[in-house]
Amino acid sequence: MSGLEVNGLNKSFGGLTVCKDVTFELGPGDRKALIGPNGAGKTTLANLITGIAPPSSGTIRLDGRDLRGLREPQRVRAGIAKTFQITTLFKRLTVRENIRLGVSERKRQGLKLLRRADGDRATEAEVAELMHQFRLTRHADTTVENLAYGQQRLIEMALTLALHPRILILDEPAAGVPTSENHLIVEAIERLPKDLAVLIIEHDMQLVFKVARSIIVLVNGAILTEGTPREISRDRQVRDLYLGAGHG
Amino acid sequence: MSPNPRRLVPDLVILAAAVGLFFVFPYDLAFLTRILIMVVFVLSLDLVLGYAGIATLGHAAMYGTGAYAAGLFAIHVSADPLLGLAAGAVAGAAIAAVSGLIMMRAHGLTLLMLSIAVAQVLQEVANKARPVTGGADGLRGIRMEPVLGIWEFDFIGRTGYWYAFTVMALVLVMLKVVVASPFGLSARGIHESPARMRAIGTPVYARLVAIYTLAGGIAGVAGALAAQVTSLVSLEVYSFEHSAEAVIMLVLGGTGRLYGAVLGVALFMTVEHLAAAVDPFNWLFIIGALVLGVVFFVPAGLMGVPGALARLGRGR
Ligand SMILES: Nc1ncnc2c1ncn2[C@@H]1O[C@H](COP(=O)(O)OP(=O)(O)OP(=O)(O)O)[C@@H](O)[C@H]1O
Ligand SMILES: [Mg+2]
Repeated sequence: MSGLEVNGLNKSFGGLTVCKDVTFELGPGDRKALIGPNGAGKTTLANLITGIAPPSSGTIRLDGRDLRGLREPQRVRAGIAKTFQITTLFKRLTVRENIRLGVSERKRQGLKLLRRADGDRATEAEVAELMHQFRLTRHADTTVENLAYGQQRLIEMALTLALHPRILILDEPAAGVPTSENHLIVEAIERLPKDLAVLIIEHDMQLVFKVARSIIVLVNGAILTEGTPREISRDRQVRDLYLGAGHG
Repeated sequence: MSPNPRRLVPDLVILAAAVGLFFVFPYDLAFLTRILIMVVFVLSLDLVLGYAGIATLGHAAMYGTGAYAAGLFAIHVSADPLLGLAAGAVAGAAIAAVSGLIMMRAHGLTLLMLSIAVAQVLQEVANKARPVTGGADGLRGIRMEPVLGIWEFDFIGRTGYWYAFTVMALVLVMLKVVVASPFGLSARGIHESPARMRAIGTPVYARLVAIYTLAGGIAGVAGALAAQVTSLVSLEVYSFEHSAEAVIMLVLGGTGRLYGAVLGVALFMTVEHLAAAVDPFNWLFIIGALVLGVVFFVPAGLMGVPGALARLGRGR
Protein backbone atom coordinates (compact mmCIF):
# COMPACT_ATOMS: atom_id res chain seq x y z
CA MET A 1 0.00 0.00 0.00
CA SER A 2 1.08 3.59 -0.31
CA GLY A 3 1.65 5.62 2.79
CA LEU A 4 2.97 4.67 6.19
CA GLU A 5 2.46 1.28 7.83
CA VAL A 6 3.53 0.78 11.42
CA ASN A 7 3.48 -2.83 12.52
CA GLY A 8 4.01 -4.35 15.98
CA LEU A 9 6.28 -1.55 17.07
CA ASN A 10 7.96 -1.84 20.49
CA LYS A 11 10.41 0.40 22.28
CA SER A 12 11.83 0.29 25.76
CA PHE A 13 14.35 2.45 27.53
CA GLY A 14 16.08 0.07 29.91
CA GLY A 15 13.24 -1.53 31.82
CA LEU A 16 10.67 1.09 30.82
CA THR A 17 8.49 0.09 27.87
CA VAL A 18 7.15 3.24 26.21
CA CYS A 19 5.84 1.71 23.01
CA LYS A 20 3.89 -1.56 23.08
CA ASP A 21 2.91 -3.45 19.96
CA VAL A 22 1.77 -0.34 18.12
CA THR A 23 0.14 -0.98 14.76
CA PHE A 24 -1.56 1.60 12.55
CA GLU A 25 -1.63 2.99 9.04
CA LEU A 26 -1.41 6.49 7.68
CA GLY A 27 -2.38 6.81 4.05
CA PRO A 28 -2.39 9.70 1.59
CA GLY A 29 -5.00 12.27 2.53
CA ASP A 30 -5.34 10.99 6.10
CA ARG A 31 -5.72 13.46 8.93
CA LYS A 32 -5.12 11.39 12.04
CA ALA A 33 -4.67 12.65 15.55
CA LEU A 34 -2.61 10.86 18.17
CA ILE A 35 -3.78 11.71 21.66
CA GLY A 36 -3.00 10.43 25.10
CA PRO A 37 -1.90 11.55 28.55
CA ASN A 38 1.53 13.04 29.28
CA GLY A 39 4.20 10.39 29.01
CA ALA A 40 2.00 8.05 26.96
CA GLY A 41 4.79 7.69 24.43
CA LYS A 42 3.48 9.91 21.62
CA THR A 43 6.75 11.74 20.98
CA THR A 44 8.67 8.49 21.25
CA LEU A 45 6.43 6.90 18.61
CA ALA A 46 7.02 9.89 16.32
CA ASN A 47 10.77 9.60 16.89
CA LEU A 48 10.68 5.93 15.96
CA ILE A 49 8.94 6.77 12.71
CA THR A 50 11.34 9.55 11.69
CA GLY A 51 14.36 7.50 12.73
CA ILE A 52 15.57 9.68 15.59
CA ALA A 53 15.52 6.54 17.74
CA PRO A 54 15.54 2.88 16.68
CA PRO A 55 12.66 0.64 17.74
CA SER A 56 13.33 -2.44 19.89
CA SER A 57 11.22 -4.47 17.46
CA GLY A 58 8.55 -4.08 14.83
CA THR A 59 8.51 -2.62 11.33
CA ILE A 60 7.83 0.73 9.76
CA ARG A 61 7.12 0.81 6.03
CA LEU A 62 6.78 3.68 3.61
CA ASP A 63 4.96 2.72 0.40
CA GLY A 64 5.64 -0.90 1.27
CA ARG A 65 9.35 -0.35 1.71
CA ASP A 66 10.88 -1.26 5.10
CA LEU A 67 12.60 1.78 6.58
CA ARG A 68 14.77 -0.24 8.95
CA GLY A 69 18.11 0.58 7.36
CA LEU A 70 17.37 4.25 6.76
CA ARG A 71 18.70 6.95 9.04
CA GLU A 72 16.75 10.07 9.88
CA PRO A 73 18.04 12.29 7.01
CA GLN A 74 17.31 9.54 4.50
CA ARG A 75 13.79 9.13 5.82
CA VAL A 76 13.28 12.88 5.58
CA ARG A 77 14.44 12.79 1.98
CA ALA A 78 12.08 9.89 1.41
CA GLY A 79 9.26 12.20 2.48
CA ILE A 80 8.73 11.85 6.23
CA ALA A 81 9.03 15.04 8.26
CA LYS A 82 8.05 16.13 11.72
CA THR A 83 7.89 19.23 13.83
CA PHE A 84 9.47 19.17 17.27
CA GLN A 85 7.43 19.39 20.43
CA ILE A 86 10.33 21.29 21.95
CA THR A 87 11.20 23.96 19.41
CA THR A 88 14.42 23.03 17.67
CA LEU A 89 15.55 25.83 15.39
CA PHE A 90 18.71 27.52 14.18
CA LYS A 91 18.63 30.11 16.92
CA ARG A 92 21.28 32.51 15.75
CA LEU A 93 20.09 32.50 12.16
CA THR A 94 17.34 34.80 10.98
CA VAL A 95 13.84 33.57 10.24
CA ARG A 96 14.57 33.88 6.54
CA GLU A 97 17.79 31.91 6.85
CA ASN A 98 16.08 29.17 8.84
CA ILE A 99 13.47 28.59 6.19
CA ARG A 100 15.94 29.10 3.34
CA LEU A 101 18.07 26.35 4.83
CA GLY A 102 15.08 24.01 4.85
CA VAL A 103 14.25 24.72 1.21
CA SER A 104 17.86 24.56 0.08
CA GLU A 105 18.49 21.22 1.76
CA ARG A 106 15.24 19.83 0.37
CA LYS A 107 16.48 20.81 -3.08
CA ARG A 108 19.76 19.02 -2.27
CA GLN A 109 21.75 22.19 -2.82
CA GLY A 110 23.73 21.89 0.38
CA LEU A 111 26.95 21.00 -1.41
CA LYS A 112 26.81 24.00 -3.73
CA LEU A 113 29.85 26.13 -2.91
CA LEU A 114 30.03 28.74 -5.57
CA ARG A 115 26.65 30.40 -5.69
CA ARG A 116 25.00 32.52 -3.07
CA ALA A 117 22.54 30.89 -0.69
CA ASP A 118 20.25 33.90 -1.18
CA GLY A 119 20.71 33.96 -4.94
CA ASP A 120 18.10 31.45 -6.05
CA ARG A 121 14.86 33.16 -7.11
CA ALA A 122 12.62 30.14 -6.82
CA THR A 123 13.95 29.40 -3.34
CA GLU A 124 13.53 33.00 -2.20
CA ALA A 125 9.97 33.09 -3.53
CA GLU A 126 9.14 29.94 -1.62
CA VAL A 127 10.75 31.30 1.56
CA ALA A 128 8.78 34.53 1.22
CA GLU A 129 5.55 32.60 0.69
CA LEU A 130 6.07 30.48 3.82
CA MET A 131 6.92 33.50 5.92
CA HIS A 132 3.83 35.25 4.63
CA GLN A 133 1.63 32.27 5.42
CA PHE A 134 2.73 32.27 9.05
CA ARG A 135 2.75 36.06 9.44
CA LEU A 136 6.52 36.05 9.85
CA THR A 137 7.43 38.48 7.08
CA ARG A 138 7.79 41.34 9.53
CA HIS A 139 10.42 39.35 11.42
CA ALA A 140 12.19 37.96 8.36
CA ASP A 141 15.57 39.38 9.27
CA THR A 142 15.36 38.93 13.03
CA THR A 143 17.43 36.17 14.57
CA VAL A 144 15.16 33.44 15.88
CA GLU A 145 16.48 33.64 19.44
CA ASN A 146 15.11 37.17 19.65
CA LEU A 147 11.54 36.16 18.86
CA ALA A 148 8.73 35.22 21.21
CA TYR A 149 8.16 31.51 21.77
CA GLY A 150 4.85 31.59 19.96
CA GLN A 151 6.53 32.92 16.85
CA GLN A 152 9.21 30.27 17.11
CA ARG A 153 6.44 27.65 17.08
CA LEU A 154 5.23 29.08 13.78
CA ILE A 155 8.74 28.92 12.33
CA GLU A 156 8.91 25.32 13.50
CA MET A 157 5.87 24.60 11.36
CA ALA A 158 7.06 26.67 8.38
CA LEU A 159 10.47 25.02 8.38
CA THR A 160 8.90 21.57 8.32
CA LEU A 161 6.50 22.44 5.51
CA ALA A 162 9.49 23.74 3.56
CA LEU A 163 10.53 20.10 3.24
CA HIS A 164 7.43 19.24 1.17
CA PRO A 165 6.83 15.99 3.06
CA ARG A 166 4.39 13.28 2.01
CA ILE A 167 4.07 12.07 5.59
CA LEU A 168 3.83 14.93 8.05
CA ILE A 169 3.95 14.43 11.81
CA LEU A 170 3.10 17.44 13.94
CA ASP A 171 4.12 17.11 17.60
CA GLU A 172 1.90 19.50 19.52
CA PRO A 173 2.21 22.27 16.92
CA ALA A 174 -0.07 24.63 18.78
CA ALA A 175 1.46 24.24 22.24
CA GLY A 176 2.88 27.62 23.18
CA VAL A 177 1.25 29.47 20.29
CA PRO A 178 -0.83 32.37 21.58
CA THR A 179 -4.58 31.78 21.17
CA SER A 180 -4.74 34.72 18.79
CA GLU A 181 -2.35 32.95 16.40
CA ASN A 182 -3.80 29.48 16.87
CA HIS A 183 -5.83 29.82 13.72
CA LEU A 184 -2.60 30.06 11.71
CA ILE A 185 -1.79 26.49 12.69
CA VAL A 186 -5.30 25.27 11.90
CA GLU A 187 -5.31 27.13 8.58
CA ALA A 188 -1.89 25.75 7.72
CA ILE A 189 -3.13 22.22 8.33
CA GLU A 190 -6.30 22.84 6.36
CA ARG A 191 -4.30 24.26 3.47
CA LEU A 192 -1.95 21.30 3.22
CA PRO A 193 -2.03 19.40 -0.08
CA LYS A 194 -5.01 17.06 0.00
CA ASP A 195 -2.98 13.91 -0.63
CA LEU A 196 -0.57 14.57 2.23
CA ALA A 197 -0.70 12.09 5.11
CA VAL A 198 -0.84 13.95 8.42
CA LEU A 199 -0.44 12.64 11.96
CA ILE A 200 -1.04 15.31 14.54
CA ILE A 201 -0.12 14.87 18.18
CA GLU A 202 -2.12 17.34 20.23
CA HIS A 203 -3.55 17.92 23.69
CA ASP A 204 -5.85 20.69 22.58
CA MET A 205 -9.08 18.75 21.84
CA GLN A 206 -10.70 21.67 20.09
CA LEU A 207 -7.89 21.71 17.59
CA VAL A 208 -8.01 17.93 17.26
CA PHE A 209 -11.73 17.95 16.49
CA LYS A 210 -11.22 20.77 13.99
CA VAL A 211 -8.61 19.02 11.87
CA ALA A 212 -8.69 15.29 12.55
CA ARG A 213 -10.90 12.80 10.74
CA SER A 214 -9.64 9.90 12.83
CA ILE A 215 -8.13 9.65 16.29
CA ILE A 216 -5.71 7.18 17.84
CA VAL A 217 -5.63 7.04 21.63
CA LEU A 218 -2.33 6.00 23.14
CA VAL A 219 -2.04 5.03 26.81
CA ASN A 220 1.12 3.74 28.44
CA GLY A 221 2.69 3.12 25.07
CA ALA A 222 -0.17 0.99 23.73
CA ILE A 223 -3.06 1.91 21.44
CA LEU A 224 -6.22 1.95 23.53
CA THR A 225 -8.55 2.57 20.61
CA GLU A 226 -8.81 4.20 17.22
CA GLY A 227 -11.89 5.79 15.71
CA THR A 228 -13.61 8.83 14.28
CA PRO A 229 -13.81 11.94 16.49
CA ARG A 230 -17.47 11.10 17.13
CA GLU A 231 -16.66 7.56 18.23
CA ILE A 232 -13.77 8.68 20.39
CA SER A 233 -15.74 11.40 22.13
CA ARG A 234 -18.38 8.79 23.04
CA ASP A 235 -15.91 6.13 24.12
CA ARG A 236 -16.34 5.34 27.79
CA GLN A 237 -12.68 4.38 28.38
CA VAL A 238 -11.45 7.59 26.76
CA ARG A 239 -13.91 9.67 28.74
CA ASP A 240 -12.78 8.03 31.95
CA LEU A 241 -9.21 8.70 30.96
CA TYR A 242 -9.75 12.37 30.22
CA LEU A 243 -12.64 13.29 32.46
CA GLY A 244 -12.14 10.82 35.29
CA ALA A 245 -8.59 12.02 35.84
CA GLY A 246 -9.93 15.50 36.35
CA HIS A 247 -8.83 16.88 32.98
CA GLY A 248 -10.96 18.55 30.32
CA MET B 1 27.87 39.28 -6.98
CA SER B 2 27.88 41.64 -4.02
CA PRO B 3 25.96 44.69 -5.20
CA ASN B 4 26.86 46.63 -2.07
CA PRO B 5 30.28 48.27 -2.54
CA ARG B 6 30.58 48.89 1.20
CA ARG B 7 31.17 45.18 1.57
CA LEU B 8 34.53 45.68 -0.07
CA VAL B 9 35.73 48.18 2.55
CA PRO B 10 37.46 45.60 4.79
CA ASP B 11 39.19 44.10 1.76
CA LEU B 12 40.45 47.50 0.66
CA VAL B 13 41.68 48.20 4.19
CA ILE B 14 43.62 44.94 4.16
CA LEU B 15 45.10 45.72 0.75
CA ALA B 16 46.08 49.23 1.83
CA ALA B 17 47.63 47.87 5.03
CA ALA B 18 49.63 45.31 3.05
CA VAL B 19 51.00 47.97 0.71
CA GLY B 20 51.67 50.41 3.56
CA LEU B 21 53.47 47.88 5.74
CA PHE B 22 55.58 46.79 2.81
CA PHE B 23 57.03 50.26 2.48
CA VAL B 24 57.12 51.23 6.15
CA PHE B 25 58.78 48.04 7.41
CA PRO B 26 60.93 46.84 4.51
CA TYR B 27 63.19 44.89 6.87
CA ASP B 28 60.39 43.07 8.68
CA LEU B 29 58.97 41.34 5.65
CA ALA B 30 59.78 37.89 7.02
CA PHE B 31 57.68 38.64 10.10
CA LEU B 32 54.86 40.17 8.06
CA THR B 33 54.90 37.12 5.82
CA ARG B 34 54.53 34.87 8.85
CA ILE B 35 51.45 36.88 9.77
CA LEU B 36 49.97 36.39 6.31
CA ILE B 37 50.57 32.65 6.44
CA MET B 38 49.02 32.46 9.88
CA VAL B 39 45.99 34.34 8.55
CA VAL B 40 45.47 31.63 5.94
CA PHE B 41 45.73 29.00 8.66
CA VAL B 42 43.31 30.75 10.99
CA LEU B 43 40.87 31.48 8.15
CA SER B 44 40.73 27.74 7.61
CA LEU B 45 40.16 27.24 11.32
CA ASP B 46 37.33 29.78 11.20
CA LEU B 47 35.46 27.65 8.68
CA VAL B 48 35.78 24.65 10.99
CA LEU B 49 35.37 26.22 14.41
CA GLY B 50 33.65 29.52 13.74
CA TYR B 51 31.17 28.46 11.09
CA ALA B 52 30.59 24.74 11.60
CA GLY B 53 31.28 24.77 15.36
CA ILE B 54 33.69 21.83 15.20
CA ALA B 55 35.77 21.98 18.39
CA THR B 56 39.42 21.34 17.55
CA LEU B 57 42.81 21.81 19.11
CA GLY B 58 44.57 19.92 16.36
CA HIS B 59 44.27 22.07 13.29
CA ALA B 60 48.06 21.89 12.89
CA ALA B 61 47.58 18.32 11.65
CA MET B 62 46.58 19.65 8.24
CA TYR B 63 49.00 22.57 8.27
CA GLY B 64 51.91 20.29 9.09
CA THR B 65 50.95 17.72 6.49
CA GLY B 66 50.66 20.48 3.87
CA ALA B 67 54.07 21.78 4.88
CA TYR B 68 55.79 18.40 4.64
CA ALA B 69 53.98 17.58 1.40
CA ALA B 70 55.04 20.85 -0.21
CA GLY B 71 58.59 20.49 1.06
CA LEU B 72 58.97 16.94 -0.19
CA PHE B 73 57.26 17.85 -3.44
CA ALA B 74 59.76 20.67 -4.02
CA ILE B 75 62.71 18.40 -3.30
CA HIS B 76 61.61 15.30 -5.17
CA VAL B 77 59.09 16.30 -7.80
CA SER B 78 58.99 19.92 -8.85
CA ALA B 79 60.20 23.18 -7.37
CA ASP B 80 57.37 25.14 -8.95
CA PRO B 81 55.68 27.07 -6.11
CA LEU B 82 52.13 26.85 -7.42
CA LEU B 83 52.34 23.12 -8.00
CA GLY B 84 53.75 22.89 -4.48
CA LEU B 85 50.77 24.78 -3.10
CA ALA B 86 48.48 22.35 -4.88
CA ALA B 87 50.40 19.44 -3.35
CA GLY B 88 50.00 21.01 0.09
CA ALA B 89 46.29 21.53 -0.47
CA VAL B 90 45.73 17.95 -1.60
CA ALA B 91 47.74 16.56 1.31
CA GLY B 92 45.95 18.76 3.86
CA ALA B 93 42.56 17.81 2.42
CA ALA B 94 43.47 14.12 2.35
CA ILE B 95 44.58 13.99 5.97
CA ALA B 96 41.47 15.95 6.97
CA ALA B 97 39.22 13.57 5.06
CA VAL B 98 40.78 10.49 6.62
CA SER B 99 40.95 11.80 10.18
CA GLY B 100 37.59 13.49 9.72
CA LEU B 101 35.93 10.15 9.06
CA ILE B 102 36.73 9.22 12.64
CA MET B 103 36.65 12.64 14.31
CA MET B 104 33.30 13.81 12.95
CA ARG B 105 31.58 10.91 14.70
CA ALA B 106 32.69 12.42 18.02
CA HIS B 107 31.54 15.47 19.92
CA GLY B 108 32.70 17.81 22.65
CA LEU B 109 35.59 16.68 24.77
CA THR B 110 36.09 13.42 22.86
CA LEU B 111 36.40 15.37 19.63
CA LEU B 112 38.85 17.78 21.23
CA MET B 113 41.00 14.90 22.47
CA LEU B 114 40.89 13.17 19.09
CA SER B 115 41.93 16.36 17.32
CA ILE B 116 44.94 16.73 19.60
CA ALA B 117 45.80 13.04 19.21
CA VAL B 118 45.78 13.15 15.40
CA ALA B 119 48.30 16.01 15.33
CA GLN B 120 50.48 14.30 17.93
CA VAL B 121 50.48 11.03 16.04
CA LEU B 122 51.44 12.79 12.82
CA GLN B 123 54.23 14.61 14.63
CA GLU B 124 55.54 11.31 15.90
CA VAL B 125 55.30 9.77 12.44
CA ALA B 126 57.26 12.71 11.00
CA ASN B 127 59.80 12.29 13.79
CA LYS B 128 60.25 8.56 13.16
CA ALA B 129 60.35 8.90 9.39
CA ARG B 130 63.72 10.56 9.67
CA PRO B 131 65.12 9.40 6.31
CA VAL B 132 62.20 11.11 4.57
CA THR B 133 61.42 14.09 6.78
CA GLY B 134 64.75 14.79 8.46
CA GLY B 135 63.12 14.01 11.82
CA ALA B 136 63.97 16.47 14.57
CA ASP B 137 66.52 18.21 12.35
CA GLY B 138 63.76 19.28 10.04
CA LEU B 139 63.32 18.93 6.31
CA ARG B 140 66.08 20.87 4.58
CA GLY B 141 67.18 21.56 1.06
CA ILE B 142 63.95 23.11 -0.20
CA ARG B 143 64.77 25.36 -3.16
CA MET B 144 61.91 27.06 -4.92
CA GLU B 145 61.77 28.15 -8.53
CA PRO B 146 60.50 31.66 -9.27
CA VAL B 147 56.79 32.22 -8.87
CA LEU B 148 55.20 31.78 -12.31
CA GLY B 149 58.74 31.57 -13.60
CA ILE B 150 59.11 35.32 -13.08
CA TRP B 151 59.57 36.34 -9.47
CA GLU B 152 62.59 34.84 -7.68
CA PHE B 153 62.40 34.34 -3.93
CA ASP B 154 64.87 36.94 -2.58
CA PHE B 155 66.74 37.31 0.71
CA ILE B 156 64.76 40.29 1.94
CA GLY B 157 61.56 38.38 1.34
CA ARG B 158 59.78 40.72 -1.05
CA THR B 159 58.59 37.96 -3.33
CA GLY B 160 57.65 35.80 -0.36
CA TYR B 161 55.60 38.66 1.06
CA TRP B 162 53.59 39.38 -2.07
CA TYR B 163 53.28 35.71 -2.84
CA ALA B 164 51.87 35.02 0.63
CA PHE B 165 49.66 38.08 0.40
CA THR B 166 48.21 37.00 -2.93
CA VAL B 167 47.48 33.52 -1.66
CA MET B 168 45.93 34.92 1.52
CA ALA B 169 43.75 37.31 -0.51
CA LEU B 170 42.58 34.51 -2.80
CA VAL B 171 41.78 32.28 0.16
CA LEU B 172 39.86 35.10 1.81
CA VAL B 173 37.83 35.78 -1.34
CA MET B 174 37.16 32.09 -1.84
CA LEU B 175 36.00 31.69 1.75
CA LYS B 176 33.75 34.74 1.43
CA VAL B 177 32.07 32.98 -1.46
CA VAL B 178 31.89 29.67 0.38
CA VAL B 179 30.38 31.01 3.59
CA ALA B 180 27.70 32.83 1.62
CA SER B 181 26.82 29.67 -0.32
CA PRO B 182 24.21 27.03 0.53
CA PHE B 183 27.14 24.92 1.77
CA GLY B 184 28.21 27.71 4.13
CA LEU B 185 24.65 28.15 5.34
CA SER B 186 24.46 24.43 6.11
CA ALA B 187 27.70 24.68 8.11
CA ARG B 188 26.12 27.39 10.26
CA GLY B 189 23.00 25.26 10.55
CA ILE B 190 25.02 22.34 11.88
CA HIS B 191 26.68 24.69 14.37
CA GLU B 192 23.27 25.83 15.59
CA SER B 193 21.48 22.49 15.68
CA PRO B 194 22.71 19.19 14.29
CA ALA B 195 19.41 17.62 15.38
CA ARG B 196 17.43 20.04 13.23
CA MET B 197 19.77 19.60 10.30
CA ARG B 198 19.07 15.87 10.36
CA ALA B 199 15.38 16.65 10.56
CA ILE B 200 15.57 18.71 7.37
CA GLY B 201 17.29 15.83 5.60
CA THR B 202 20.97 16.77 5.84
CA PRO B 203 23.44 13.92 6.26
CA VAL B 204 25.22 15.82 9.02
CA TYR B 205 28.19 13.52 9.42
CA ALA B 206 29.02 13.52 5.71
CA ARG B 207 28.58 17.29 5.57
CA LEU B 208 30.95 17.74 8.51
CA VAL B 209 33.56 15.57 6.82
CA ALA B 210 33.17 17.70 3.67
CA ILE B 211 33.62 20.94 5.62
CA TYR B 212 36.60 19.55 7.48
CA THR B 213 38.19 18.35 4.23
CA LEU B 214 37.79 21.71 2.53
CA ALA B 215 39.28 23.49 5.55
CA GLY B 216 42.05 20.89 5.61
CA GLY B 217 42.97 21.82 2.06
CA ILE B 218 43.26 25.48 3.04
CA ALA B 219 45.31 24.69 6.13
CA GLY B 220 47.51 22.58 3.86
CA VAL B 221 48.03 25.61 1.64
CA ALA B 222 49.10 27.62 4.69
CA GLY B 223 51.62 24.92 5.62
CA ALA B 224 52.89 24.74 2.05
CA LEU B 225 53.35 28.50 1.97
CA ALA B 226 55.40 28.33 5.16
CA ALA B 227 57.57 25.54 3.77
CA GLN B 228 58.19 27.40 0.53
CA VAL B 229 58.87 30.81 2.01
CA THR B 230 61.14 29.66 4.85
CA SER B 231 62.69 26.72 2.92
CA LEU B 232 62.33 24.65 6.06
CA VAL B 233 59.84 22.27 7.64
CA SER B 234 60.36 21.29 11.27
CA LEU B 235 58.37 19.07 13.61
CA GLU B 236 56.97 22.28 15.13
CA VAL B 237 54.47 22.48 12.28
CA TYR B 238 52.46 19.82 14.11
CA SER B 239 52.88 21.31 17.59
CA PHE B 240 49.99 21.63 19.99
CA GLU B 241 51.00 25.25 20.62
CA HIS B 242 50.49 25.99 16.96
CA SER B 243 46.93 24.65 17.02
CA ALA B 244 46.11 26.29 20.33
CA GLU B 245 47.48 29.69 19.35
CA ALA B 246 45.39 29.60 16.20
CA VAL B 247 42.28 29.11 18.33
CA ILE B 248 43.29 31.97 20.61
CA MET B 249 43.89 34.30 17.67
CA LEU B 250 40.52 33.41 16.19
CA VAL B 251 38.67 33.95 19.44
CA LEU B 252 40.53 37.23 19.89
CA GLY B 253 39.44 38.52 16.50
CA GLY B 254 35.98 36.99 16.55
CA THR B 255 34.75 33.65 15.23
CA GLY B 256 32.51 33.04 12.26
CA ARG B 257 33.20 36.26 10.36
CA LEU B 258 36.47 35.65 8.46
CA TYR B 259 37.80 39.17 9.08
CA GLY B 260 38.03 38.22 12.74
CA ALA B 261 40.76 35.78 11.71
CA VAL B 262 42.70 38.54 9.95
CA LEU B 263 42.34 40.94 12.86
CA GLY B 264 43.06 38.38 15.56
CA VAL B 265 46.22 37.08 13.91
CA ALA B 266 47.56 40.54 13.14
CA LEU B 267 46.97 41.76 16.68
CA PHE B 268 48.19 38.65 18.48
CA MET B 269 51.36 38.31 16.46
CA THR B 270 52.19 42.02 16.61
CA VAL B 271 51.72 42.15 20.36
CA GLU B 272 53.73 38.96 20.73
CA HIS B 273 56.48 40.37 18.52
CA LEU B 274 56.70 43.67 20.43
CA ALA B 275 56.22 42.20 23.89
CA ALA B 276 58.87 39.56 23.28
CA ALA B 277 61.30 42.29 22.24
CA VAL B 278 60.56 44.41 25.29
CA ASP B 279 60.52 41.61 27.84
CA PRO B 280 61.59 38.21 26.53
CA PHE B 281 60.57 36.49 29.77
CA ASN B 282 57.17 37.87 30.59
CA TRP B 283 55.59 38.52 27.24
CA LEU B 284 53.20 35.64 27.72
CA PHE B 285 51.56 37.61 30.52
CA ILE B 286 50.83 40.46 28.18
CA ILE B 287 49.28 38.11 25.66
CA GLY B 288 47.32 36.41 28.43
CA ALA B 289 46.00 39.72 29.72
CA LEU B 290 45.00 40.75 26.21
CA VAL B 291 43.07 37.56 25.61
CA LEU B 292 41.38 37.67 29.01
CA GLY B 293 40.41 41.30 28.46
CA VAL B 294 38.81 40.58 25.11
CA VAL B 295 37.04 37.42 26.24
CA PHE B 296 35.74 39.24 29.30
CA PHE B 297 34.66 42.52 27.76
CA VAL B 298 33.84 41.58 24.16
CA PRO B 299 33.06 37.85 24.06
CA ALA B 300 32.29 38.16 20.35
CA GLY B 301 35.93 39.12 19.73
CA LEU B 302 37.38 42.34 18.35
CA MET B 303 35.09 42.16 15.33
CA GLY B 304 32.27 42.43 17.83
CA VAL B 305 33.50 45.75 19.22
CA PRO B 306 31.57 48.04 16.84
CA GLY B 307 28.37 46.13 17.56
CA ALA B 308 28.98 46.26 21.31
CA LEU B 309 29.62 50.01 21.14
CA ALA B 310 26.48 50.53 19.09
CA ARG B 311 24.44 48.63 21.68
CA LEU B 312 26.02 50.72 24.45
CA GLY B 313 25.10 53.88 22.55
CA ARG B 314 21.52 52.78 22.04
CA GLY B 315 21.28 51.74 25.68
CA ARG B 316 21.85 55.30 26.79
N1 LIG C 1 15.52 8.92 25.81
C1 LIG C 1 14.74 8.44 26.80
N2 LIG C 1 15.27 7.70 27.78
C2 LIG C 1 14.51 7.21 28.78
N3 LIG C 1 13.19 7.44 28.88
C3 LIG C 1 12.60 8.18 27.93
C4 LIG C 1 13.34 8.72 26.85
N4 LIG C 1 12.48 9.42 26.06
C5 LIG C 1 11.29 9.31 26.63
N5 LIG C 1 11.33 8.58 27.76
C6 LIG C 1 10.22 8.22 28.60
O1 LIG C 1 9.25 7.62 27.77
C7 LIG C 1 7.94 7.96 28.21
C8 LIG C 1 7.17 8.54 27.06
O2 LIG C 1 7.69 9.81 26.72
P1 LIG C 1 7.14 10.66 25.51
O3 LIG C 1 7.91 11.92 25.46
O4 LIG C 1 7.14 9.83 24.29
O5 LIG C 1 5.65 10.94 25.94
P2 LIG C 1 4.57 11.89 25.29
O6 LIG C 1 3.34 11.08 25.10
O7 LIG C 1 5.12 12.58 24.10
O8 LIG C 1 4.31 12.93 26.46
P3 LIG C 1 3.92 14.48 26.40
O9 LIG C 1 2.46 14.56 26.16
O10 LIG C 1 4.28 15.01 27.73
O11 LIG C 1 4.70 15.08 25.30
C9 LIG C 1 8.11 8.93 29.37
O12 LIG C 1 7.95 8.20 30.56
C10 LIG C 1 9.53 9.41 29.23
O13 LIG C 1 10.07 9.72 30.49
MG1 LIG D 1 5.51 14.48 23.62
